[in-house]
Amino acid sequence: MVVLKNLSTEELYAPGHRLCAGCGPSISIRMALKAARGPIAVVNATGCVEVSTTIFPYTAWRIPWVHALFENQAAVASGLEAAYQSLEEKGKRKGKVDIIAVGGDGGTFDIGIQAISGMLERGHDIVYLCYDNEAYMNTGIQRSGATPRGAATTTSPAGKVIPGKRGKKKDFIGICAAHGISYAATASIGFFSDYIDKMKKAIEVDGPAVVHVIAPCPLGWRSNPTETVKLAKMAVLTGLFPIYEVNDGIYKMSMKLGRLLPIEEYFKLQGRFQHLMKPEWKNEVEEIKKDTEKHYKKILRLAGEKIT
Amino acid sequence: MNQKEPLSKRMKLSWREMPFAGIMFEPGSSVEYKTGDWRIERKPQIDGEKCIRCFICWIFCPDVSIKRVPKPYKKHIESVEVDYYHCKGCGICAAECPVNAIEMIEESTDVP
Repeated sequence: MVVLKNLSTEELYAPGHRLCAGCGPSISIRMALKAARGPIAVVNATGCVEVSTTIFPYTAWRIPWVHALFENQAAVASGLEAAYQSLEEKGKRKGKVDIIAVGGDGGTFDIGIQAISGMLERGHDIVYLCYDNEAYMNTGIQRSGATPRGAATTTSPAGKVIPGKRGKKKDFIGICAAHGISYAATASIGFFSDYIDKMKKAIEVDGPAVVHVIAPCPLGWRSNPTETVKLAKMAVLTGLFPIYEVNDGIYKMSMKLGRLLPIEEYFKLQGRFQHLMKPEWKNEVEEIKKDTEKHYKKILRLAGEKIT
Repeated sequence: MNQKEPLSKRMKLSWREMPFAGIMFEPGSSVEYKTGDWRIERKPQIDGEKCIRCFICWIFCPDVSIKRVPKPYKKHIESVEVDYYHCKGCGICAAECPVNAIEMIEESTDVP
């Protein structure tokens, strides 16, 4: 449980960056840095956050920061961790530096997953933070492995033949947990206390840890910037993005929902799902509902909760 | 008065003086870039009477534009202030405020 009054007022993330008004990823980065316990270094993959926070000659970071390519942020972070360790062994510097590797959903789910898998397997002491805005927003809203079923993007447009993206969202935390790492979790920027707690736990864990956080993007989701936080909360409450943590292979739900919120309420607020409101795609909504319930029940079963 | 030149001027270097690999030496220099002019029609205004100092607006601000200041007011020891130089006017603070103490007001020319 995080008490806002006790959180540090020191901002490691400066204003003046060029992310959109109402940007979800920006909130997720700022909250993650609030969980810092000491010196911290960030390796950032290419993506919205990297591009908009460090436009030369300006930088929005007040901590050591490295830009890596789309595919190798985990590899660069591994090297950084090894370098700090080597310096400490040679007695050239003292004290631990926490390393956070930040990547968007494109750099994590599609392009960077090979390097991430390597990092998790080698057991580096790194926190991997994936901010998930469910498409390649930086390059102009192309579909990614994290795009949910039925969402219209520029490369999976909704028309007469297909209702947006076909296929489901990848279960990234499932993949990470299968590596046998000690901590993996999903979170939502809407529930800040839960998210900051998870970041704190991930930093404290000795060894690799992964946090997957949902961060709505008003531009790509075609929603009102005012509703960014509301959408992040609704994604969890509709069961589309269940929040849970995996401690050494043991699943635990962070939020138990009695009844799932109707998915239509969540879809209504977003432009990318507007086509599903038409009567011709009613079946698609029903299918998405079925898929969501199935996935939610699977997580419940893994967590050992009662299924109602 | 020894006023610092803006960063964009200071960094106008020839290719010989340019730092290797685009390394930036001033942490948090983006503060000098004022994103406040991105706001088009509305800006947040906090009602100090209604505000209960829960700091929910502070944690949810994507632009680090809501600041916690040690300004005592009645029984509260801290207050929140809006940094209009960097606020982009997204309105998340007004939407998330539990007591509706933040109102999005029309932009006017007489206030910075």
